Amino acid sequence: MLDFSLAPGTFWFEAWQARSSLASGLGITMLSSVLSIVMASVCGIAMGVALAYGWWWLRMLARLYVDVMRGIPLLVLILFTYYGLALFGINIAAFWAGVIALGAFATAHVAENFRGAVESVPAGQMEAAKAIGLTFRKRLFYVILPQAFRRMLPPWVNTGLEIVKGTTLLSIIGVVELLLSAQQQMARNYMIVEFYLLTTVLYLIINFTLAQLGAALERRTSYLRY
Amino acid sequence: MDYHFDWSVIARNWDKLTGALMLGLTLAVISLAIGCIVGLLTAYARLSPRKWLSVPAWLYVEFIRCTPLLLLIFFLYFGLPEFDITFLDKTQSFVLSLSLYAGAYMAEVFRAGLASIPKQYVEAAKAIGLRPWQRQVYVVLPVMFRITLPSISNNLISLFKDTSLAAAIAVPELTFVARQINANTFRVMEVWLTASALYLVTAYLIATVLRLVERRYASIR
Repeated sequence: MLDFSLAPGTFWFEAWQARSSLASGLGITMLSSVLSIVMASVCGIAMGVALAYGWWWLRMLARLYVDVMRGIPLLVLILFTYYGLALFGINIAAFWAGVIALGAFATAHVAENFRGAVESVPAGQMEAAKAIGLTFRKRLFYVILPQAFRRMLPPWVNTGLEIVKGTTLLSIIGVVELLLSAQQQMARNYMIVEFYLLTTVLYLIINFTLAQLGAALERRTSYLRY
Repeated sequence: MDYHFDWSVIARNWDKLTGALMLGLTLAVISLAIGCIVGLLTAYARLSPRKWLSVPAWLYVEFIRCTPLLLLIFFLYFGLPEFDITFLDKTQSFVLSLSLYAGAYMAEVFRAGLASIPKQYVEAAKAIGLRPWQRQVYVVLPVMFRITLPSISNNLISLFKDTSLAAAIAVPELTFVARQINANTFRVMEVWLTASALYLVTAYLIATVLRLVERRYASIR
């Protein structure tokens, strides 16, 4: 049962003993999250532009990509990237395979968020920008994107939270991120509930911080709405 | 690129794969059903003016939203026996974690749905003399279900995909069975492509069927 007293051999003692491996697990979790979020944001916005304004064949390709990525489970995609690509001689380290799979998955979500945001910018904005003679690129960068950015912030933060939670799946291909490093500790000291609780609290802290950052960014950019 | 595809592996294991797919689908539907009930109760609790109801409901939703599903699954499967709760087998404990997970998300959906119902509906129901529970059952809930139907179908699809996590505690659903076949035959590409296609087609079918249901009930809006 739960025992939170401080003497040696108890949970706090074990957690202190495990601090460096837990910290490195936490580091891997953060690093893979950040890399995936950056990849998903860059590729997702590019794909979102393609979805909203691309030539018809580009739109179709992007739509196909989004629908496939949203139709298969993330775990299957991760296993596919790690074990499947190796058969074609593309050997990727587990960590990078995981980051690529996670980023590719989130790209589809960001692209959809972006398309929704662009479509919710009133059509009059585009018309007015056209009327004062801005080129397509200027209309996109000075008129549409700033407003779309503000609108896509809340779902973007949600996608970021999903990515942080998705990094737990990397434990299945053997990336020693937070969950797996906690499980390694459990295998050593059998403090299963305690270490799962500790891990839960760490994820809660990460995600709560991320959500607060997102909310602060939303407040700071609220003037961009119209 | 010197990989030779051998699709006979899939033909030999087809029944196993589709059986596993149906198990995943069943788990998703059961979890969504339980999740809807939990979510509805939680949504009412969150909207309640009583603090002792709304605060725990809020905590529950935030807790689930901010922690990974895989952690919840492991926690219930490996953690509950520590408290001498051992009557759940692995499938049941997976359904429990998926239901708790769905419950929090459905609570958010239902809360938004309940909030979006025009006040006049309730006023009108009051005016013709319906009791509070009658107002909820005959007026608020049907309209709310129609409004939230798209979100419910989104949730069903993501729950169906989340059943792949049951592989982590060896529940024999599609991902687990696919990994088993991989381990036995080493035909990795064929098996993963087939598993992905099965997920994709099933998710697409669910989406299509639910879109038809939505159109059928468009009148209650």
